[in-house]
Amino acid sequence: MTPRGSLLPGAIRLLVLALLGLVFLSPYLWMAAASLKPLDEIFRASLALWPENFAGVENYGKVLARVPVAQYLWNGVIVCGGILFFQLLFAVPAGYALAKLRFPGRDIAFGAVMLGLLVPPHVPALPLYVAFSEIGLLNSYAALIAPFAISVFAIFLFRQFFRALPDELLHAARLDGMGEWSIVWRVILPNAWPAATAFGIFSVVAHWNDLFWPLIVVQGHARATPALGVLQFRSEEAGDDFGAMMAAAVLMTLPLVLAFLLAQRRFVEGIATTGLKG
Amino acid sequence: MSLALGTAARPRLSAGAMEALAGWALMLPATIAFLAMLLLPTLATVLLAFTDYELGAAAPAWIGLANFADMLTDRGLRTSARNTLAYVGIVAPASVLGGLGLALLVEAGARGRAFFRAVFFLPVVSLSVAMASAWQYLLHPTIGPLNAELRALGLPTPFWLSSSDTVLLSLAAIGIWENIGFTMVLFMAGLTAIPRELYAAAAVDGARGAWDRFRLVTWPLLGPTTLFVVVISLVRALRVFDTVAVLTQGGPNKASEVLLWTMYQEGFTYLRLGYSAAITLVFLVVVLALMALQTRVLDRRVHYG
Repeated sequence: MTPRGSLLPGAIRLLVLALLGLVFLSPYLWMAAASLKPLDEIFRASLALWPENFAGVENYGKVLARVPVAQYLWNGVIVCGGILFFQLLFAVPAGYALAKLRFPGRDIAFGAVMLGLLVPPHVPALPLYVAFSEIGLLNSYAALIAPFAISVFAIFLFRQFFRALPDELLHAARLDGMGEWSIVWRVILPNAWPAATAFGIFSVVAHWNDLFWPLIVVQGHARATPALGVLQFRSEEAGDDFGAMMAAAVLMTLPLVLAFLLAQRRFVEGIATTGLKG
Repeated sequence: MSLALGTAARPRLSAGAMEALAGWALMLPATIAFLAMLLLPTLATVLLAFTDYELGAAAPAWIGLANFADMLTDRGLRTSARNTLAYVGIVAPASVLGGLGLALLVEAGARGRAFFRAVFFLPVVSLSVAMASAWQYLLHPTIGPLNAELRALGLPTPFWLSSSDTVLLSLAAIGIWENIGFTMVLFMAGLTAIPRELYAAAAVDGARGAWDRFRLVTWPLLGPTTLFVVVISLVRALRVFDTVAVLTQGGPNKASEVLLWTMYQEGFTYLRLGYSAAITLVFLVVVLALMALQTRVLDRRVHYG
């Protein structure tokens, strides 16, 4: 028996886990099944998961023909990529300065970061919406990206991470005549990958799934993110056509779920370590 | 004195001044973005809450606490607050206890550990809007598989999302499903931090069986993790928006109206920005109160180093 011990004997543990797992997976199983079934089969409400007749081509074809799925996914990539790029661009230097440099105002800046951690993103949303609307930037990538370009959480995370880096590394770089700016990108960043990966996963998952802000600043298909795309397809096209709706849901869910299945450990660790403050 | 200053300034700046300049330069981009995207808009929300600002209407006027007075008599908002409280009251405890249970169960043996961790974590990384659609099909009163199963068993078949009696429970069940994998991995991180020798020591001291080990070692040592998970679960449940926006839009009959949905409707559908800002402020105060509670309890009680 392991020191931690088990509350249940092995076989029972596996049985309980399997039953719970089945419950957790059932939305995915039924979603995938319905996306392959013809409408009459769905409306018969039979308990058979496996389709009698396959209508996958029709269902997925309907989605692809009626809404710009590729555009949604591309928008998701641009928005998540843009957000992460700016978050790192702003947070890595700031985290380094807060961790390793002495300058007047540092404590105030760090206090501001800690305070910022407490503010949910819904709070600044109203004035930001008014501002973007005033300068005519609604329905743009800028409006989707800019509010999240600064992540106080990223600054906090990098500051904690950089504090643990040895000072000798920096002294050596300074003796080599490097300026602080090139130290950040050529010495600090290469050492920051574990924290950057963890934060990157956290950030992409959060913004790929975000509905609140895109719903506020985007109308129409051109700049819709995957979350918004599902919503638009539901309200404009699908109606009671559950087969097509499930096909749309599968298409939009798949990219992140596949990424998760491929890099499972990193995802769990990334979300667990960053979740500790997020 | 003047001599020292002169020598420092003439060749170039002192090392300390250089460091300060570098520090400011590196902080500058983040500071500008922080001011523009976080601090100023947040302060603007606070100010808006005391005005009658409506988008497209005349210039806003300062109305003091009138928005907050309105909130007290607004029956829709009272319903919304009550629903949010009920939702949080179900989802947060269930996510904490369920996450702890799953973490213990998955970590109890080596077989299937990675697989089941992935299964329970999957909802956390799934597009919540898309999964809400899947739930809508699953819970559909006539063609949904859940009711088909209940019908086959001869049990009653509720109108899960379209009856005001069950809608909040249904949304809460989805909320638990979405959150439990997250709390589970947080508890797993807490579990792996417990030194294994402590279990051996407890056994020497006469701890017998799994329940003793849990009661004497696991539970007390998980204290800080548990406190943190409780607070983050409360805050996450408080933020419920996606499922409501997709599935019920606050209905039927305001039975699933929740705080952020009300705030969204007031602000972005009815364009009553002042009132919406006041609701946002209440939301912020609740979040801050939860965080403050965490800090106080952490300072007082949970000291395990």
